Amino acid sequence: MANPGHWDKERTAEIIAAHRDEPGALLPILHDIQAAFRHIPREAMVMIAEALNLSRAEIHGVVSFYHDFREQPAGRHVLKLCQAEACQSMGGERLAADLLKKLGLDWGGTTKEGALTVEPVYCLGLCATAPSAILDDDRVVGRLDGTKLAALAEEARQA
Amino acid sequence: MSGAIEVFVPRDAAALAVGAEEVARAIAAEAARRNLPVKLVRTGSRGLFWLEPLVEVATARGRVGYGPASAADVPGLFDAGFLDGKAHALHLGPVEKIPYLARQTRLTFARCGIVDPLSLDAYRAQGGLKGLERALKLGPAETVEEVIRSGLRGRGGAGFPTGIKWKTVREAAGAPKYVVCNADEGDSGTFADRMIMEGDPFCLIEGMAIAAIATGANQGFVYIRSEYPHAIRTMTEALRLARAAGILGRNIAGSGHDFDIEVRSGAGAYVCGEETSMLDSIEGKRGLVRAKPPLPAHHGLFGKPTVINNLISLASVPVILAEGAKAYADFGMGRSRGTMPIQLAGNVKFGGVFEAAFGLTLGEIVDDIGGGTASGRPVRAVQAGGPLGAYFPRALFDTPYDYEAFAQRDGLIGHGGLVVFDDTVDMAHQARFAMKFCAFESCGKCTPCRVGSTRGMEVIDRIVKGERREENMTLLKDLCQTLKFGSLCALGGFTPYPVMSALNHFPEDFRRAPSGLAAE
Ligand SMILES: Cc1cc2nc3c(=O)[nH]c(=O)nc-3n(C[C@H](O)[C@H](O)[C@H](O)COP(=O)(O)O)c2cc1C
Ligand code: SF4
Repeated sequence: MANPGHWDKERTAEIIAAHRDEPGALLPILHDIQAAFRHIPREAMVMIAEALNLSRAEIHGVVSFYHDFREQPAGRHVLKLCQAEACQSMGGERLAADLLKKLGLDWGGTTKEGALTVEPVYCLGLCATAPSAILDDDRVVGRLDGTKLAALAEEARQA
Repeated sequence: MSGAIEVFVPRDAAALAVGAEEVARAIAAEAARRNLPVKLVRTGSRGLFWLEPLVEVATARGRVGYGPASAADVPGLFDAGFLDGKAHALHLGPVEKIPYLARQTRLTFARCGIVDPLSLDAYRAQGGLKGLERALKLGPAETVEEVIRSGLRGRGGAGFPTGIKWKTVREAAGAPKYVVCNADEGDSGTFADRMIMEGDPFCLIEGMAIAAIATGANQGFVYIRSEYPHAIRTMTEALRLARAAGILGRNIAGSGHDFDIEVRSGAGAYVCGEETSMLDSIEGKRGLVRAKPPLPAHHGLFGKPTVINNLISLASVPVILAEGAKAYADFGMGRSRGTMPIQLAGNVKFGGVFEAAFGLTLGEIVDDIGGGTASGRPVRAVQAGGPLGAYFPRALFDTPYDYEAFAQRDGLIGHGGLVVFDDTVDMAHQARFAMKFCAFESCGKCTPCRVGSTRGMEVIDRIVKGERREENMTLLKDLCQTLKFGSLCALGGFTPYPVMSALNHFPEDFRRAPSGLAAE
């Protein structure tokens, strides 16, 4: 895939074909679509609706219900900062506010060059090494402070 | 491999979050450089998180620990002779003798942090599969009775007797039947499910296989929150290994029974931890809460009889079967039998998992075991049982850790999480967050939950600003009553717990002279 933000019809068809016979195939399909295109493109929703014999409204209802699914592509990297109680108790809200201010972003915003989107997350299960965050839904970091977090954000913007 | 010294480094996500991968790599590199025969074993975590990354070395005196270690410490550890368990600034002595661990009763977590989570040989060597063997000997009906006799209650929050649930599914007409493991673990301050998936996944598989045989189910699902990518990977790999070994698939473990398990990933909705919402989510729909009855036991996944249990409930079954119901039920107090993996989180000095028989007091757990706050300031409040749980003040630290005792004090044990806050916490802010969380996560079915929660935020803002305080206090209490009685599930129904406990136990935080600070 040359450009992961771009929709690709064949890739969509492959993903649908890989799951369509599973019971409750819609969520697994949506997860794979988002992994491939960094969002759920409208064209993909149309194809899924057809394949699963559902209306487009039904697909859209599911996409909009779950916080994970996005209808617009995120930046190249997504940094999710835990804002739940355990991280709150260790200053997670202040830490996030400082980073957002530094980057000039609101929650959900993406830096100008399109490199980094910052979002809240409500618990990563890293509650005894708080405050915690996760980069690109994979790299976990704990015991964060302002310096570590700023370095992580900078690294992601450069990558 | 003879002569190689075993060194253990966790691959648990919380250990990775504080540098365990870098430590493991440094150990491998340093051993190679010094030409020393080291066998690196990646384990789950022992759950002593303030010591992570915790490195352990197998010695004649048992496993000796060093932690919290960083990659930079590694050359020094080699220089000091850590491979022989020798002294070093990070030396902790034999790990099993660390008081935090020595004081626990590790039944469900017996293997976690000790074994390679993806080694079936290690699983067997540490007592794995004995529960399944015994269940096969007892037969389905007697297995269900054994779980009933153990007194095991659901560890997901509601505390419903697990064996009774299984009996209902066993007696329900309809096929196929399903076993669903609830690994959504949405409560902040909890990580026990995650630790088992990353540290001892075969234990869950064994528990689910026992549930399947006991109830006549042929298909299982583990619904894991998407915020747990490491757990999803380890669990998926463990399922593949179990299938290859004949523990899953056709005629499992020679039982004549077919059973397989599939992982499903959540998509960031807290409400999908509620069991009926989870079933809709697995079916590929929006996660709307269903009215009960019908119970999932009768009319569950795809309309079929379904056992749905929390991961810890299921992972506690193998040891109950292996050691016998009585051995398990002998632990605990009152109607809370056995052990609970208590999770100490947030601003706590010794954060981690502490598996113990029910009955310790909240104060013993937080002050004595947890060591007070990480910040060194006084403990002011403890939120027990996740975002829908009450905030306990020190005045209630004599409450025994027991389902009924917590309920009597308008609180709940939930999934076993305790989030500690120091004296800098603003309880009006915490109450506002509870309302905000409810608004953010509501499935939208009930008006009080969907709309009342946003209203609640606004009312708290007005109280904090000093606008018609008494009137707004009354309004907030009324709103909580409406939420409590007008909600279909505990998201709306229990949000009043954190809100009212903050208001009742910490009224001064709602009555401060208004500062210029916005509540956001
Ligand atoms: C809003 C909400 C969220 C819940 N989240 C979870 C969860 O993350 N994990 C869990 O096991 N149970 C959760 N529950 C409880 C489940 O509905 C259900 O009681 C549980 O899965 C039953 O299993 P158990 O009897 O083994 O505890 C939640 C309930 C509600 C109302
Ligand atoms: S209380 Fe809230 S989350 Fe629960 S069913 Fe009603 S609207 Fe949905």
